[in-house]
Amino acid sequence: MLQKIYDWIDERIDLQPIWRDIADHEVPEHVNPAHHFSAFVYCFGGLTFFVVVIQILSGMFLTMYYVPDIENAWRSVYYLQTEVAHAQIVRGMHHWGASVTVVMLLLHTLRVFFQGAYKKPRELNWMVGVLLFFVILGLGFTGYLLPWDNKAFFATQVGLEMAQQVPFIGDQLKILLAGDASIVGAQTLTRFFAIHVFFLPAALFALLAVHFIMIRRQGISGPL
Amino acid sequence: MSEEKKQQVSRRQFLNYTLMGVGGFMAAGLLISPVRMAIDPVLKAAGGGDLANVGLAVDDITSDPQRVDWSVDQVDGWYESQVNRSAWVYKNDSDEVIAFSPVCKHLGCVVSWEGSDQYPNEFFCPCHDGRYYKDGVNVPGTPPLAPLDEYEMEIKDGMLFLGDPKPHREA
Repeated sequence: MLQKIYDWIDERIDLQPIWRDIADHEVPEHVNPAHHFSAFVYCFGGLTFFVVVIQILSGMFLTMYYVPDIENAWRSVYYLQTEVAHAQIVRGMHHWGASVTVVMLLLHTLRVFFQGAYKKPRELNWMVGVLLFFVILGLGFTGYLLPWDNKAFFATQVGLEMAQQVPFIGDQLKILLAGDASIVGAQTLTRFFAIHVFFLPAALFALLAVHFIMIRRQGISGPL
Repeated sequence: MSEEKKQQVSRRQFLNYTLMGVGGFMAAGLLISPVRMAIDPVLKAAGGGDLANVGLAVDDITSDPQRVDWSVDQVDGWYESQVNRSAWVYKNDSDEVIAFSPVCKHLGCVVSWEGSDQYPNEFFCPCHDGRYYKDGVNVPGTPPLAPLDEYEMEIKDGMLFLGDPKPHREA
């Protein structure tokens, strides 16, 4: 049945080159952990992406219950945490996954740095990677406020004060993030929510696409 | 020998099955909790609502349908509020108290008793001219396909208590 559906589509639009482009590429011996176990360090980038996929999936499901409103944000989180079957697990995936993403990202960055894989001709991809790093940190920062509990509130206050220390534009930057000159409140929460689920993920997808296309164009860097 | 060989699983097939099995297991492990969470409202048992005192004494109910409004406490996930309900209440020929839901069985507008001057002695829905006889049965040839719902009812200490709307006893 599946084969027939595949054949029907393949006959019309010739699928093979498409999945070839995506899936069929050489894995050199020096990055294959089956040959040299130490090659597992090459997995960190892929693992980062895998955790990001988990974050996207669990986040999509969390928004079925979460409301970005100061009256109801905490209550909706408490409700899903206590009343909805398996929601505790899904929020756990998102909560712990956020930290795992940053850890994996750091390991990936360290591997690229210490192997010198960022050197010519791969400098551009290093730069895109650094932007990805900032996007991931931004996602962590904005997501931290959303449960609207005490920890979230005071951590965000500190984070906003830090943004205020930026030379020249600090004050404006803080207002831009918080939505108000002095209050961390209703407008801050909706802003952080919008940034967390729309703006930064959009940037993340675009940067990831560029990151991956460049890897495919340039191939994996050679052995040490 | 060659016949036997054909029956064997080829290297390619074995790898395919293994990869699909492992991949499927991982995908299932990843998705089972989110999906269970998403379908939770469907699987939650609907709690039967309590009957509420609508503030109308049975002695005040006449054979003319009158509209009663009351409010009930509603728990909607993390949000609790009071919502308004209304009913058309009268006593029928055998002195039974009848309480109809005003929600039209066509597309959910709100019907009124004698809502149109043209149709006396009938419930009328202004959206598509749906009509019901006094006993709640829909007038044939008008849009509604079923009689008006009836409220669960109880009479305590001479007062009327109403619960959730249920299908008409003749439906």
